[in-house]
Parts: sequence; structure tokens; C-alpha cells
Amino acid sequence: MSKQIKVALIGNPNTGKTSVFNQLTGLNHKVGNYPGITVEKKEGICKLPRGVKAHILDLPGTYSLNATSLDENVVIELLLNKKDKDFPDVAMVITDVENLKRNLLLFTQIKDLKIPTILVINMADRMRRKGITLDIPLLEEKLKTKIAVVSTRKNEGIDRIKELILDYKNVSSEPCVNASVIDVEYFEGLKNAFPNQDVYKLWLVITQDVNFVNLDRNLVKDASSFSTKPKSELKRLQQKETIYRYQFINGVLKEGYKLDMNAAKGFRASLDKVLTHKIWGYVIFFMILLIIFQAIYDWSSYPMDFIDATFASFSEWAKETLPSGAFTNLIAEGIIPGLGGIVIFIPQIAFLFLFIAVLEETGYMSRVVFLMDRSMRKFGLSGKSVVPLISGTACAIPAVMATRNIENWKERLITILVTPFTTCSARLPVYLIIIALVIPDQRFFGMNLQGLTLMLLYLLGFVMAVVSSWILNKALKIKSRSFFVVEMPNYKIPLLKNVVYTVVEKTKSFVFGAGKIILAISIVLWFLASNGPTDDFTNAEEIVKNKYSEASVGQSVSETDMENEIASFKLQNSYIGILGKGIEPLIQPLGYDWKIGIALVSSFAAREVFVGTLATIYSVGSDDEQTIKSRMGSEVNVLTGGKLFNLASGISLLLFYAFAMQCMSTLAIVKRETNSWKWPLGQLFIMTGFAYVVALIAYQVLK
Amino acid sequence: MALTVADLKKGEKGIIKEISLDEIPIKLFEMGCLPGNEIELIQHAPFQDPLYLNINGSYLAIRKETALHITIDVIDHNISGV
Repeated sequence: MSKQIKVALIGNPNTGKTSVFNQLTGLNHKVGNYPGITVEKKEGICKLPRGVKAHILDLPGTYSLNATSLDENVVIELLLNKKDKDFPDVAMVITDVENLKRNLLLFTQIKDLKIPTILVINMADRMRRKGITLDIPLLEEKLKTKIAVVSTRKNEGIDRIKELILDYKNVSSEPCVNASVIDVEYFEGLKNAFPNQDVYKLWLVITQDVNFVNLDRNLVKDASSFSTKPKSELKRLQQKETIYRYQFINGVLKEGYKLDMNAAKGFRASLDKVLTHKIWGYVIFFMILLIIFQAIYDWSSYPMDFIDATFASFSEWAKETLPSGAFTNLIAEGIIPGLGGIVIFIPQIAFLFLFIAVLEETGYMSRVVFLMDRSMRKFGLSGKSVVPLISGTACAIPAVMATRNIENWKERLITILVTPFTTCSARLPVYLIIIALVIPDQRFFGMNLQGLTLMLLYLLGFVMAVVSSWILNKALKIKSRSFFVVEMPNYKIPLLKNVVYTVVEKTKSFVFGAGKIILAISIVLWFLASNGPTDDFTNAEEIVKNKYSEASVGQSVSETDMENEIASFKLQNSYIGILGKGIEPLIQPLGYDWKIGIALVSSFAAREVFVGTLATIYSVGSDDEQTIKSRMGSEVNVLTGGKLFNLASGISLLLFYAFAMQCMSTLAIVKRETNSWKWPLGQLFIMTGFAYVVALIAYQVLK
Repeated sequence: MALTVADLKKGEKGIIKEISLDEIPIKLFEMGCLPGNEIELIQHAPFQDPLYLNINGSYLAIRKETALHITIDVIDHNISGV
């Protein structure tokens, strides 16, 4: 690999950092997570003139080098660790021309780390309208940097950035503010205690106060041996540092930045008047929610039906075309339906992310946070919990990750813990098939009963989330101060490129993340259902045929009945059948048989596996074209002799799926986000226990 | 009793006099909430909480309990929001 220039993009949130990143890297980028933590890591390659390439790392948005969230912590950890493989050759601070003063605070801090730093002043297209003029040569001199004035919206100035990166060796690494003047004595002491370290770096390490995750801090291992100051004193110094930096920035901007007040203001204020209005604000928000749900559950049904049909016929085709044998069965009955089970969620997930991306990009989401905070707080949540709870209707995994910007640990934890109650798209296939089986397709006061049931289930999920937050808020004794600071960004028309990239990235990460698990389970299930430990399994055909010829003299058995009988016998004696039989006593009181038991067990990995499992179970060895629904409909409960899927067992199943924690990926994410097994395990046992009890009561009452 | 940001009416402006360090997150003073800077109340959410402010050019929402710890001098009684 040829030597690449390593560039780190740093900046406050809402400065157009992502746009700059997208402009520089185009589609040459990938998104992942930092090792061990679920903070998004975006990196890409930027082609520079003369065949040179730059490796661009997009760091999470941060207001300063004093971390108040895990996202921000990543930035500091990287910049403090020269040995990190991503440590930049040159840092690039992205600023918004309208918020230059505040954005420069971060810039001066990074300069203090003696990293060569380029200053990018973005949103230059707004300058004239806002009456802003800049004296670039003066700013470059005072800030000891090189400046690129760009407008990502108009695609201007990107070449200048590329030039500056190429020429990074000429970018100064000299600090522009000397922070140690805030307490000369203390900083002298620091310098003497750790003679080999940079003082400002030491100061940052000492003052980091992150209560999110205890990240290892290798840099100053014995910092505790240094006689440090009490916390309140450190905070006073931090304030002093901030004031000192602002004094410097104000001095610089006084000369280099002119603002014509008359040209400013207007649009934002009038839009805010409506969108944050006491009544209209809520009306508009609920209308938007309505449109989102409409899109997710109505519009997306067309592509979903198409995907469903395509995979079904693909599986059929594979079965017919490929030479018959175990491998073909694996492909046709395990892999293709498994893949289909993932791909089918793409339309819903993409729609949801599309809306969230647009709402975030326009700056509207902050207004929702503002409007909702007060009412959410009653339940121990924060206005910022709205986004995860909405995202949870697509998938709990990105939703849990979206809690990261909640500063208050208790509010964040509660949000993480209750999010899995919201009805995610994985429950939808289960709900749909069971509702179709047990709820009559009738109207009730003009409302379709099946649709009504589905709506009730969604409401139930939301109510449970709220009620359990209320309980958790009372029960959890976590001392955590409720700091809540939300920036209200300028309204912007979203850039198509950014929205499209976000949707593609998030959908991709869902498909590959959840997809791997679902696919693996499908294959394992197929294997377990197609193999058995005893001779009963291998000789199933003979045994069943013998049984019939002995017992049913005079009784004619049709070919298909015989085949079904064989398939069912085979399944009972397969590995998975034995497993299902094993748990049958536990689930019989809920009205389920061992086949449902198998589906329950496998869907502890992911709920959407339920339908796939039943499909696999009912289709192993049988070739007829019955749909899964009619197969389920004709299943008989051996104990009662009635239909297996009746109102009682159906409602019991619906409730079980509404409450039980059946998603390994979510548990894994919760473990990573809370850095402990305590919370995901608590979720698993409490939610599932509750689900069991509710399902039990429902079945016993309705039966 | 000293006036705080929570006492501001919609459209009113004040100058920050003092902030209680123990109660104010660092983030807030990094956003410009520092003594001497101007603060303007743009809007309340329903029930007067949270508050939507313009602090020294930064547009922020903070909760009332935080606003109570920022004491101010009110400078403009009559100018309503733009």
C-alpha cells in the first residue's frame, strides 16, 4: 500500500461535516464501528492531484475536547493517542460560517495538541445573505493555520481543501492559545511530574469526566499519583480556560469577521414560530409521525410483496433446476428463504431511515426534542428519547445506538431498556400471520378487526415502553444529574446526496448485521430439522408405511396424506423435534405445541425467524404448494382436538411476541452500549418472564 | 432575589452575571454561556420548560432547572422577539 495522508475530520455537530466527508470521498467510503464500542466509524479514500491519496476519517461531532458523551470520547481518545493507527497527519476542523465563534473553540483546543490543523469554513453560500465578510489572510495569520472557504451545497471550495491536504507539511502545528496561563503553577507542576508528556494533553486526560463507559486510559497511567485538584476546582479551571479561549477568539474575529446585523435573521424565527408552537407544533409532529407510519406499513407493502414472491419462486426454481440432494435442499429450504427473510425488511427500514435522515438534516428533529422533553421527563426519559423510540418501530438495534446523544446516563439507560418494547418490524410478520389466522376478517363499527388488532398491538408496545420507563425511573437508584443541552440548528434543505448515503449505509448495516444471524439460524435450523439421532428418523418412510399397512386395513390413505405423515414423523424425530418436545411441558399451558416450541426457541435469536421456522418445519420433506398460512390453519391441537391456532392460543402468542425479549442482536448491542451484561440479561429475563405470565393468563382465560 | 434566565420573558434579553459552576454542564459554557455574554429567550416549550435560548449567537434549548442557576441582568424589557 502506498503511503496515504491520514486526515481526521473534526467539528461541532451541524457544521456540514458529513457533507464535506461525502464530497471528498464520494462512494469510496465505508461505515463501521470502532473496535469494542458501537460508535460509528466512517472512513474513506480521497483522490488528490498527482496520484496521491488521502485516508479521511470522519469523527463524531463534538463541541470541545471535554467529552460529555461516548461519541465525543472517541475523538479525544484518538487525538491523544499518537500510536493509534488512525492518528492523523493533519486534522481538519469543519466550521459553520454563522457559528464561527463557537466552532473556533474546538479549533484552538486541537491546535494546542500540536497537530497540524486546517480550518474549513463551510456554508459560505450563506455569507452574503447574512451579511458576513471574512478577512482570510488575517484569520490565517492569527489562527496560525490554512483556511479553505467552502460551500458543500454549491460544491465550491473542495479543490482548495484537497490542495491543502496535499500540502499538509506546510500547515503549522503551533498552538494559538497558551492554555497554561490559566493556572501557571498547576501546569508547571504537571510538566514536572510528567516531563515527557505534552502539558495540554495531560490536562485533557485529567479533566475528562465521562460517566458513560470506563474506557481504558493508557496515556497517563499514573496520573492518580499526581496531586490533582478537587473536581470543583478543576471545573473552575475549565471555565477559566473557556473564557480565555473565547477572549482570544473574540479578539481575532473582531478584526477578521464582519457581520452586518441588518442582513441577518428572519427565516428561522418564522419557521420556529409554527414548528415549536404550543399546539401547531404537536399537530405537525403527529402528522409527520402518521406519514412515517403510513409509509412504513402501507407504501412499503408493495415492494415487500414483490420481494416475497420473488424469493418464493426463486426457491421453487432452485428446487426444480438443481440436481436433487441434500445440498439443493439446503439452498432451496434453508438459504433462499433465510435470505428472503432479511431482504423483505429492506423497504421498511429504508423508509424509516429516509424519514429520520430528512428530519435530522433539516434541523427539525431538535425541535421535536424541544417539544417532547417535558412530557417524556415524567417517565424518566428525555426529549432525546423520542428518536430512539421512533426508530424502534423499525429495529431496536439502530434505536439503541441512537441513544448515544442523551447526556444523562439514567435517562439513556432507561431509553435503552424500554426501546425493545416498541413494535419493531421483526414482529410484524408474526403479528400478520397470526392475526390472519385467529382474528376474523370482519368489520366492527366500520373498522377492520384485523387492522384494529394490529394497531392495538402497536399501542400496547408503546404503552409498555412508557409504563416500564416510569417503573424504572422509580426503581433505579442512579444518581445522575439531568443535563440537557440541545443545539437548535438552522433550518436547511437536506442535501439529497447526504440523505441517500445515510439510507444506504444504515440499511446496509442492518442487512449485514441482522442478516448474518438470521441466515445462520436458517441454515442451522434446516440442518437440525433434516437430521436426527436415531433410526426412527432415517427409516421414517418405512416405519410410517408399515404402521399404515398394519393398522389401516380397509382404510385408503391418499398419497399426500401419507407424505405428510412421513414428514411429520421425520420432524418429530429430528434433532429439532426432540428439542421442541423437550420444552413442550413448559409451553403447553400457553396453548402451544412442540412445533410452535421450536419456532419459539429459534426466534429467541430474532423474532422474524418465527415464520421462517414454521415454514421450514412444515415444508421439510413436503412438496405441496400450500401456503404457510393454510398449513398453520389446518394444524390440530392433539390435546383438545380443536384447531391449534385458535383465538386463545393466537392471542397468547401475540402477547408473548409483544413482550418477550427475542433478539440476540439487540442484547449484544445493549451489552456494548451499557458495557455490562447486567442490563441485557435483566431485559431478557424480566421481559420474557412478563411475556410468559401475560400469555399464560390470556390463554387460560380465553380457552 | 437575583433574576435568572428562567425569569426571562419571550423575546427578552439579559446579560449573564454569574453561573453556578456545580449546576452547569461544561458543554454549556463552551457554547458561550459565560459571564458577560448576552442571552435571549426565544421561546418556551409548553409548561415553560425547556427554554429555547440564543446565548451569544448559539441557539440552544436547556431545561428550566439549569436556567435557574444562571443569574442575569435584564437589559431589554420591551423588545419582543424578532
